[in-house]
Amino acid sequence: MDLKLLDAEPTPEERAAVDARLGPPESSWHGGTERTARDLHVAYGGKAQRDRRHLLLPALQALQERVGWISEGGFNYVCRRLTVPPAEAWGVATFYMMLSTQPRPRRVLHVCDDIACRAKGAVKTCDGLRKHHSPPLPHGVVGSGGHDAAPRGAHVTLNEHHGAWTTAPCLGLCDVAPAALYVEAGEQPVERSLGDVTAEYAMGLLGGGADPDDVLGGVRVAGGAGAAGAHAAGPHGTPLVGSMGAPRLLKRVGVADPASLDSYRRHGGYKALEKAFALGPEGIIRELNEAKLLGRGGAAFPTGRKWDAVRTQPEQERYIICNADESEPGTFKDRVLLTGDPFAIVEALTIGGFAAGCAKGYVYIRGEYPLGAARVQHAISEARKAGLLGANVMGKGWSFEIEVRRGAGAYICGEETAIFESIEGKRGEPRNKPPFPVQHGLFGKPTIVNNVETLANVLPIVFEGGAAAAKIGTPQSAGTRLFCVSGHVGRPGVYEIPMGATLGELMELAGGVAGSGTLRCALLGGAAGAFVRPDEMGLRLTHEDTRAAGVTLGSGVVVAFDDTVDLHDVLLRIAQFFRDESCGQCVPCRVGTVRQQESLIRLRKKKPLGGVAGELALLEEVGLAMKDGSICGLGQTAYSAVESAVKRLRIYS
Amino acid sequence: MEDTDVILLWGSNARNAHPIWFHHLLKGVRNGARLYVIDPRRSESAQWADVWMGNHVGSDIALSNTMAREIIHAGLHHKEFIASACSGFDEYRKSVEEYTLERGEELTGVPAEVIRECAHTYAKAGKAMICWTLGITEHHDAADNVLALINLGLLTGHVGRWGSGLNPLRGQNNVQGGGDMGAIPNRLPGFQQITDPATRERFEKHWGVTLQPNEGWHLTEMLHAMDQGKLTGLYVIGENPAQSDADASHVRHLLENLDHLVVQEICMTKTAELAHVLLPAAASWCESLGTVTNSERRIQLCRKVVEPPEGAKDELWIVNEIGKRLGKDLNVTDPETVWNEFRTVAPDFAGGMSYERLEKHHGLQWPCPTLDDPGATFLHGRLWKQGAARGPAAPFTVVRHEGPIEIPTREYPFTLTTGRHLDAYNTGVQTAGFGSPLYRGETLDISPEDAKRIRVMTGDMVRVTSRRGSVLVQARVDDRLRPGVVFMTLHYPDDALTNVLTINASDPKSGTAEFKACAVNVVLATSAMPAPV
Repeated sequence: MDLKLLDAEPTPEERAAVDARLGPPESSWHGGTERTARDLHVAYGGKAQRDRRHLLLPALQALQERVGWISEGGFNYVCRRLTVPPAEAWGVATFYMMLSTQPRPRRVLHVCDDIACRAKGAVKTCDGLRKHHSPPLPHGVVGSGGHDAAPRGAHVTLNEHHGAWTTAPCLGLCDVAPAALYVEAGEQPVERSLGDVTAEYAMGLLGGGADPDDVLGGVRVAGGAGAAGAHAAGPHGTPLVGSMGAPRLLKRVGVADPASLDSYRRHGGYKALEKAFALGPEGIIRELNEAKLLGRGGAAFPTGRKWDAVRTQPEQERYIICNADESEPGTFKDRVLLTGDPFAIVEALTIGGFAAGCAKGYVYIRGEYPLGAARVQHAISEARKAGLLGANVMGKGWSFEIEVRRGAGAYICGEETAIFESIEGKRGEPRNKPPFPVQHGLFGKPTIVNNVETLANVLPIVFEGGAAAAKIGTPQSAGTRLFCVSGHVGRPGVYEIPMGATLGELMELAGGVAGSGTLRCALLGGAAGAFVRPDEMGLRLTHEDTRAAGVTLGSGVVVAFDDTVDLHDVLLRIAQFFRDESCGQCVPCRVGTVRQQESLIRLRKKKPLGGVAGELALLEEVGLAMKDGSICGLGQTAYSAVESAVKRLRIYS
Repeated sequence: MEDTDVILLWGSNARNAHPIWFHHLLKGVRNGARLYVIDPRRSESAQWADVWMGNHVGSDIALSNTMAREIIHAGLHHKEFIASACSGFDEYRKSVEEYTLERGEELTGVPAEVIRECAHTYAKAGKAMICWTLGITEHHDAADNVLALINLGLLTGHVGRWGSGLNPLRGQNNVQGGGDMGAIPNRLPGFQQITDPATRERFEKHWGVTLQPNEGWHLTEMLHAMDQGKLTGLYVIGENPAQSDADASHVRHLLENLDHLVVQEICMTKTAELAHVLLPAAASWCESLGTVTNSERRIQLCRKVVEPPEGAKDELWIVNEIGKRLGKDLNVTDPETVWNEFRTVAPDFAGGMSYERLEKHHGLQWPCPTLDDPGATFLHGRLWKQGAARGPAAPFTVVRHEGPIEIPTREYPFTLTTGRHLDAYNTGVQTAGFGSPLYRGETLDISPEDAKRIRVMTGDMVRVTSRRGSVLVQARVDDRLRPGVVFMTLHYPDDALTNVLTINASDPKSGTAEFKACAVNVVLATSAMPAPV
């Protein structure tokens, strides 16, 4: 590569941060400070260097964790270390919202102002911070970060002792809304998920006066990922979970110690893997097919067929990925599984790897889930120590490794091909399909991508057999399903119900309508889902029933809104979300999400183009263009919630 | 190139000098080929390599002989191929015996284990290619350098097969075509020997004239002949020797002292300025019809797309007119007629390449003797055939390491080597007049260590002096160079005429001058930093 690097040099701290992730530089050609006599005559590079490109995002994350932002010297050093042209690495660094290419204080609070938190007072928290602390930081370089974020390059407080804050899209903490993520860069970086965040509490944190307790159980990221950190419970303790009937997916959450392999085993852990070895790859897939397991990420593709498609590929290098980039606004079920039952994910991935003949698995966890990442990482190392991962899994002569990769604030990376791009160290831009992931996935090899909840289903199915699992639910929608219920309900949390139960039953399970006590509507399926009316509480939660009703289960989101909620504001936030999260690759989505937001703003201001009817026709046309013309699901569903608000709730009539 | 397993890019910065071809190389790399770049500088090409081997300037024979000895001692040479298709192996084997890995490291600077790894990888590869350019040929022992690489190809059987071979990259779109047509001193069209009486007789019969039986002078010999007063008139077509040849001050002096200098050109070059008669010519790539031969021996039709500017004439027309003035109407105004005559006199070479076929197939690779021949995708395949079809054996040639003529001394402590920038071409006749976002002009590139030692920073003006001349040029600190080696291009004669410095020592076999190595001194002339107040 003929690199045109910058002149900026890294500080020793930046160098150390990057070296800690990438290892020391091999020579002065790759960033070493000493030019040796050997360097004058030999340099290695080429394929060996290019094959390390996938470490770009982890290296940038390591830099940001240490110094708080992607500094020029550190950035240049990463480029040199990995032989990535700066222009290209810049494209990556600016793609992810949690990476900042602008200087930032070491302490930053990401305050969620997304729909579920808005219903619970997030706007008040943000207003308080604006008034008494500072304007929010801009998002990255091009992101808007909300309509009133400080403009790019504006002077925001950079005092080392004075933290800064920024608004954030859904942090997956809707059950403890209003929520925030506290990040402190340094040699011992701190990342904490916070609940019930008031402006006063936030200012206390930013001033360095308060010690942030993780609402999910405090954890220090570096060095502290072990049992000690994971045990310490926050004031909220274990997140609220519940079920209708005996839980299958949540049975260990809040029961078994998530940091203990022994505890996991006492509660039935690793029984399924044993069974899997007995069944053999084809047997496992037969059980999945018999259980009629459909993917829980949203697309509802038969899991057994996916695994079998990879298993039968001629290419022997194959991968399996656990998609834990849960970012759909209102969704937090995967977070509960990651933090509450991390060994289950490790075990299920191992079974998938065995069934499809993969030697390596990845768990791609969204950057906003520090505790989940730490607990899964811990579970992996415990499993490896116990011979449940590594060169000879359970003494069966088969080897399997799992690596955790963390996202950095990009909703789109949950798309099944964008996740490949992100792991490969690129901008998370979805690929065109075909070729499909089962043929041409991660690093161009056959790859399985499964959602966390899908994998959680694998364990009981393999252990009990597919026939038993198929008895639960309806003939077309078998099994149980996790729902993330938040907003104006009595007990926000994750609920496991057999498919076929009604929306009303689910709402009852979650404590019924709270807030004013009168339900205005509920958002089903997340920002990419649709609104349902109070008179639709009899809707059975199955694939077939929701499809017939013109809505979707999506990622199992139910956000309840009482009659005091300003729905126009909710719609604007959804439009803002899609505008921010569009990767910008294809025109219908890049332009359409902006046009949609502009249109909603005009409607809100009561200055519609060509009257309300004209404006709604325009919205419809933009929405159709996005639905028909976008490469991936993001653009295809960006109009969905708005459309349902217009047509089902008739909020503009 | 796209299908090979191992590529040795030797003495070439193709990323800069052959950018289009380099894309083909990169396709090969993307398909899994392992790339070694052998170059004293860690050039733009070397930065793409799996392994860069930074040998000392002019130590290529030492490196290839060391690799050969290692291959032979490891038993990795292709014994069957050598036995059946080559000659002179025993003598060659003995001659490389002294080039142990340790001696190789000493002579080239490249660590022994790196040489060993390269040798083994090359020898074991299913398919492997050696590609080279001026880093091999612009030395006083140019032909020996090439022979050393050919030896490696023969030793391992990496010749005459799809994806394997020896590949000199041509520097211009049609430099190969010039040779094909006989514009070289010792050959007639189609590379036929002028010294062979039977061949000569065939041409004499066809043309109705008597041909002189000797090899002509190559460029360096011509300059020598001018110096001795044996050559007093010169007809230069599309070349700029006043700036492109080594020891430029001396060359200019020779050109100025000619009785008669005719220059046929598309631009007003420094050489054209010296001409007694200037013949403005049409640009052959767009203002006239004809053929060109590219690096892969593919002869292509090159069409006229625009009319030449007023006064500029088609080169064929000019030659024809000169013939008339000299008393003979050659009647060669139609390019296709000339081409068909070439096919007649070189039938084994191009007999099957009618204009119609060249158009239909988008070019054909020579040799292509008959109208049903698809052309040759690679050469020397005969060496793998059995019996008479194999033809004469391919000879190994004993070559020994000599090193450059000028080695650094106290007075001239640096070795100056020359090369190319991506956005400029040769002496800049065709590129200097156009803007480029990459333009950086002439600089003396120097290692950080040397720069520090002689207290020079990027932007300072330095005086570079060789035994032949001296130029002022801006310094540029470049960590791709090692101490003792400095680098200049020859693109910007208006900034600094690099060839004032270069040595005119040339290879007796090919006539190429040693542009790649001469001894110079570098001293700070004017600092770019303001003087302290």
